[in-house]
Amino acid sequence: LNDIVVVQAKKSANAFDSNENHCHDYEHVYEPSDDTYLLVDTLHAEKALLDSLRPKLALEIGTGSGCVSTALAKLLKVPPAMFMLDINPIAASVASRTAAHNGVITADALVSDLDSALALHHKVDVLIFNPPYVVTPSEEITESLIARSWAGGKDGREVLDRLLPRIADLLSPTGIFYVIAILENKPEDICERLRNFGLSSAEVLTQRRAKNELLMVIRASKFESIADGDLGQAKST
Amino acid sequence: MKLLTHNMLKCNVKGVNNGYPLKIEVTTKEIRETEMNPAFLQGIVEKLEWPVFRAAAAQLGEEGLPEAVTPELLEQEDFLKKFHRALLEVVVVEGALICPESGRKFTITNGIPNMLLNEDEV
Repeated sequence: LNDIVVVQAKKSANAFDSNENHCHDYEHVYEPSDDTYLLVDTLHAEKALLDSLRPKLALEIGTGSGCVSTALAKLLKVPPAMFMLDINPIAASVASRTAAHNGVITADALVSDLDSALALHHKVDVLIFNPPYVVTPSEEITESLIARSWAGGKDGREVLDRLLPRIADLLSPTGIFYVIAILENKPEDICERLRNFGLSSAEVLTQRRAKNELLMVIRASKFESIADGDLGQAKST
Repeated sequence: MKLLTHNMLKCNVKGVNNGYPLKIEVTTKEIRETEMNPAFLQGIVEKLEWPVFRAAAAQLGEEGLPEAVTPELLEQEDFLKKFHRALLEVVVVEGALICPESGRKFTITNGIPNMLLNEDEV
């Protein structure tokens, strides 16, 4: 299984042609890493389910290089409108170029703090967040543009915790939320809070050990727990 | 910034109740031709505030969109072409978005709107 994971990760890495992203951008923008690849691989594994839900509008908060949004748009049968948000203007610019370079024409990037500039009440079908999850002192979160991509403050949760109460308002009735977490973020507590904020299901979907981190993807939705594949089959037949 | 995106943006400055839709100030725009995807257009229409889109398109010189969309229109090639062009091909490269209530200006640089607020606006 480990071999497969590695192969998948490499495949994902090759799936993007990032030549347009000049290396110096990565001084200021989070370079695709293990967490990025876990998220992309997880979305690939979710393809049947996602296609069955026919997502029309997707939002990625903290898009960084734009790889995940680009991968999602290219993965699905019909690409959704893809809004790529980052608080870092350089990241928004790189994300825009990544999408365009890979032929994703339904995407746009903007500079925004979380979703605060968007009017998306119950419109989001796929919401993706790879938050700054590293446990750090709170002050570190705003230390630099690049720190904003990884410094998560107390429990690595300070930025994610600002988004959690807003998710039920953003998601459409068939909307799904995918978020990266590490063990130190207390994933079970994240799931519980998501349920308390009005989501019907919230669970750890995939995990992978990468260097010193146990990375995971949490999936949450407004509809009852998803039996893998069932919904996809039911809707496509 | 595509008009697709303009359709979803609002001013969220503290105290503003009606920050939607934002007015568009165009300094430069481009038409970036892309391949039309009818399935995408047929799906996204339910997410759009159509009158807002139609007005923004007209402002940017994309006239001739109907007042409302019908299922029949969504099968018509010439309508889909106009829709595709106004929604995805027209790009505001330099300009600004202005809050209809407060007048707060958000700049668009290199095609990307900067919607960040100052600390005293949150």
